[in-house]
Amino acid sequence: MTATTAAKKSGPSAGPARGKPRKPRRAGWWLPYALLAPAVVFELVIHVIPMVTGIWISFLKLTKMFISNWGNAPFVGFKNYSIALDFNSAVGSGLLKSFLITIAFTIVVVGVSWSLGMAAAVALQKTFRGRAIFRTLFLIPYALPMYAGVIAWKFMLQKDTGALNHLLYDNLGMPGDKPFWLIGDNAFAAVVMVAIWRLWPFAFLMLMAGLQSIPTDVYEASAVDGAKPLRQWWAITLPMLRPVNLVLVLVMFLWTFNDFNTPFVLFGNAQPPAGDLISFHIYNASFLTWNFGSGAAMSVLLLLFLLVVSGLYLIFMNRRKDRA
Amino acid sequence: MKIRTFAAAAAIAALAITATGCSGGTSNSGSSDGGGKTLTYWASNQGTSLDNDKAVLTPELKKFEDQTGIKVNLEVIGWNDLQTRIQTAVTSGQAPDVLNIGNTWAASLQSTGAFMPFDSAAFDAIGGKDKFVKTAMDTGGMPGQDPTSVPLYGLAYGLYYNKAMFADAGLTPPTTWEEMAADATKLTSGDKYGFSLAAGSYTENSHFAFINAAQNGADFFDSAGKPTFASDGVVDGISRYLDLMQTNKAVNPSNAQYDNGTQAINDFATGKAAMILSQNNADSSIASQGMKNDAYGVVAFPAPKGGKQIATMVAGINMSIFKNTKNKDAALQFVKFMTSEATQGTLDKSFAALPVLNGVTPSFTDNAAEAKTFSDIYSNKSKPLPLVAAEDQFESTVGKAMNQMFATIASGGTVSKADIKAALTTAQQAVEAAG
Repeated sequence: MTATTAAKKSGPSAGPARGKPRKPRRAGWWLPYALLAPAVVFELVIHVIPMVTGIWISFLKLTKMFISNWGNAPFVGFKNYSIALDFNSAVGSGLLKSFLITIAFTIVVVGVSWSLGMAAAVALQKTFRGRAIFRTLFLIPYALPMYAGVIAWKFMLQKDTGALNHLLYDNLGMPGDKPFWLIGDNAFAAVVMVAIWRLWPFAFLMLMAGLQSIPTDVYEASAVDGAKPLRQWWAITLPMLRPVNLVLVLVMFLWTFNDFNTPFVLFGNAQPPAGDLISFHIYNASFLTWNFGSGAAMSVLLLLFLLVVSGLYLIFMNRRKDRA
Repeated sequence: MKIRTFAAAAAIAALAITATGCSGGTSNSGSSDGGGKTLTYWASNQGTSLDNDKAVLTPELKKFEDQTGIKVNLEVIGWNDLQTRIQTAVTSGQAPDVLNIGNTWAASLQSTGAFMPFDSAAFDAIGGKDKFVKTAMDTGGMPGQDPTSVPLYGLAYGLYYNKAMFADAGLTPPTTWEEMAADATKLTSGDKYGFSLAAGSYTENSHFAFINAAQNGADFFDSAGKPTFASDGVVDGISRYLDLMQTNKAVNPSNAQYDNGTQAINDFATGKAAMILSQNNADSSIASQGMKNDAYGVVAFPAPKGGKQIATMVAGINMSIFKNTKNKDAALQFVKFMTSEATQGTLDKSFAALPVLNGVTPSFTDNAAEAKTFSDIYSNKSKPLPLVAAEDQFESTVGKAMNQMFATIASGGTVSKADIKAALTTAQQAVEAAG
């Protein structure tokens, strides 16, 4: 930085700022930069470059005619976007339907996961014998490798041989035929169930950590004033967890909305319309017809939507905090 | 301070090495390493399991290595993954040297430009174009261009029926669709079903969409290569096929989750279903489940009364060479070896495949009647799938739409002809948008 300003002062013809008095650099000045460099490089390689490539692809007609040589794919401007957003066409209406399903999925999964996490965290707030056992038990789904967990669910949700139907119909004697879980309309319930199972331990973990920071004397004082547990939760726990909740809900929303692994592992090639979450939908739309330009355009639309929602959420929440 | 600086520098250097190692480690897997050449070969799943394929192919590959000094690294890939794996290979260029493809994909893969065209020199190197049966060779690529694949195994669909179950019910093998549907209903009782279908397999479903439509004289593409998915003949054909589960109730609804042919074959071999529609390579799977060859018979998949006598598409496996292979000569030698009479004789028997070489008698079964039936279906009652660039998109869009139709029926819903037409129109629009 100092070098450039010096060069500007002496003019372009003067060359490097030779002989000018200059603050000597401290030994090891480069160390912070060097320590940052790997992070910057990996951030570029893992996030920025693929993202820019994706945006670039979304303006190309990248079909199978061109995938062996991307450079030849013709530039088509916003055509991929107009197809994806034309809700009267098959491609656009499919995307819209998937978008709506994903919104419903996100609301249910985040809502239930947060509630379960909160209930468990509050229940385990006070010390009692065996608390550690429950804490560990509740965190198991989060600690399990994702694929192994979802594949286990896939086995349990089979129609004829699955554990869930066996429990409901053979053991508990529910009337009627065993239903399919992984195809048809029940697919939505199936994917919601598995996603909640995956997500709620995270909510539990975060809220449990947040609860540790609330001093116990606040509760004691309120108890002296005659506050019952529900009132305590409403008037103390919830407001004091606000900063945790602010981030937690946003992160859970983004993860859930983008969830690809759960439907991919759970449904594989079946792709039931009721469980057609948007990331999964975009993946299938790209690979079904080898139309990667169109898939990239859908991904960019998804990115924009998530950016807008996250931005609005943060602005709205911060404003409320300022007013309070 | 010095030591800390040094340690930090060392850590950064180590990271940098790891990072470059990552990018360097994914170079072309089929590269030649000094003296002995090595080829990478992706085989499709032809036997009873991926391991079975490996066990059958490994001795042949050893023979090839002994003859030529070229080592072949084999990977067997299941049908659910093969198309995606090929797509990824085409996209990234991280490809094997030689691979098997479903012959119905030949024209589509040709249009990617990632495969080596077999010009006359290449054909000379593998023993000439004329050594192949013409029906099979015609599937090698688009008409009027140098094909990008050559036939390896010939396959055809047949209707397999359980002789004992037919005899017990006083039935003879059906010759029309109507008879077949009536037989299937009659043979369904309790936990035994007249039919088992791979109703969750998009490739199988698309094949039967094609065959049933062809029996009605309908095509999925017009002469200009434009999709015509939603014509009445196609809708009727698909509706007829769905009715085996929907109206005739001769198919276990659980079949809607059968995403590969082997599951249906297992039901047949274990006596849970009286009939299946399968390609001739089912023989090895049936035998592996303990059903004797004389316990079942095979007839041509019947057309409805007044329909065209088309019982199968020209099914089979072709071999392709990736254009960017560094071992073109070795790859050609390998294709020559795999399509030689000696190797074909062994593999046709193990994988129950029809010969793709001229003048070779079928060796896949000792049952002369069955061999004759399949040869007759393959030569006289077959129709090739459209040799157009969008063929693979036909398979994936129409096949997956049919998966959903079966899923709807299996979970208690109904699929009307209007529903079928709407789904096919959607599929057609998706294909047009990508065209």
